[in-house]
Amino acid sequence: MDLVTATAQWLADPAQWQGPNGIPARLLEHLELSGVSLVIAALVAIPLGLWIGHTGRLSWLTVSSANAWRALPSFAVIGLLVPFTTRIDPTLGFTLYPTVVAMIVLAGPPILVNSYEGIAGVDRDLVDAARGMGMRERQILVGLEVPIALPVIATGIRLAAVQVIATATLGAIFGFGGLGRFIVLGDANQDNGELFGGVVLVAALALITFGLFVLLERRLVSPGLSSRTAS
Amino acid sequence: MSSEPLVRWDWLAAHLGPIAGRIEQHLYLTLIAVSVGFAISFLLATVAIRRRRLYPLIVVVTTGVYTIPSFALFAALIVFSGPSVLSAEVPLIMYTLVLFVPNIVAGFDAVPWDVLDSADGMGYTPGQRWWHVELPLAIPLVVAGLRLATVSTIGLVTITSILGDSLGGLGYYILDGYHRTFTTEILVGGLLSIGLAVLADLGLVLLQRVLTPWTTAREAVR
Repeated sequence: MDLVTATAQWLADPAQWQGPNGIPARLLEHLELSGVSLVIAALVAIPLGLWIGHTGRLSWLTVSSANAWRALPSFAVIGLLVPFTTRIDPTLGFTLYPTVVAMIVLAGPPILVNSYEGIAGVDRDLVDAARGMGMRERQILVGLEVPIALPVIATGIRLAAVQVIATATLGAIFGFGGLGRFIVLGDANQDNGELFGGVVLVAALALITFGLFVLLERRLVSPGLSSRTAS
Repeated sequence: MSSEPLVRWDWLAAHLGPIAGRIEQHLYLTLIAVSVGFAISFLLATVAIRRRRLYPLIVVVTTGVYTIPSFALFAALIVFSGPSVLSAEVPLIMYTLVLFVPNIVAGFDAVPWDVLDSADGMGYTPGQRWWHVELPLAIPLVVAGLRLATVSTIGLVTITSILGDSLGGLGYYILDGYHRTFTTEILVGGLLSIGLAVLADLGLVLLQRVLTPWTTAREAVR
């Protein structure tokens, strides 16, 4: 059977769109895992990045985390976590925890680096002026630096989100569900319709996420800043 | 798995030969991807520099490709070219483009106009000027791209293990160790592949210092 026909038939089959192994359930699983990992990573990385950017302390940490990050392939990280997470929980430590922790590790550094760079890139004259006007450090950070840094921080979150949603596919190799599951099953059962259906779904999800974040960022930029760049 | 010791040193000692073979395969798969990727990127970058309007298009296409999960691309290629080196290399090469092209373009963009004018004034032909002036000055950023592409490819090679036992480099041990719940194998595959990435990165930093003794590394562009 022709590959395109097989893929289209698999995707159009109503049986794939229901039940605990259906596309909606796997999509939800994929998004849940990615969402939870991103939120945990952001909760740690954003405050840390803002603090480093505002105080200028520990700025070497952002640079070295970015460097170390590039040398950590997620496939190896997930695998390396298995021996340790299975000691905590033999079941979930084998199927869920390695992927979640690896995704947090993957999402952290881009958010940290961009939060730091966003704040550190704010014009020092503005900060001095705010201090001269009697603003407290906290007010300067929340009222001045964060709004200006927001586009850069948003870019960091977008980079992390796109990476996590794409890379979470690997979880299917290590016992986790998500959309990658269809690729694993299609490969194991030599069902090209399912394999390619999975490829199409995974690629579409990654590209849609990328597009959505680009649109979202445009809306997040403060009107004052965007009109200035336009003029 | 929990009853086993974390590392079975006897297994390690008995498998030094195969492990060395996997390291070799890992480097071999990386080397092909990085060199072919570099050649294609150099071509694309040259086109982008001459025809500026094409540059955004090249960036969008290479970024789009990079967004597609590697696992999906490798799996898709099994259907076409089976568990072969070709199935491993096509995605690996495609993923290097988005790391190489912007750095090569930025490298040549960074050459100051007055330097080019001086070279012309001194009577350099366009070919001589490119070889003796533009290329050397572009090297720091080109090598920055080479570092990104090499480190990223070493990571991605581990995923080619899903293509079959004959591929994957050190990734073979990660996957096999997971399937057999054998910790020692996972640790060997995982730690050595991270080690390779770190060593390759350091090696390329040294290479750049040797090639461009007049400058220290400038920041990478992504």
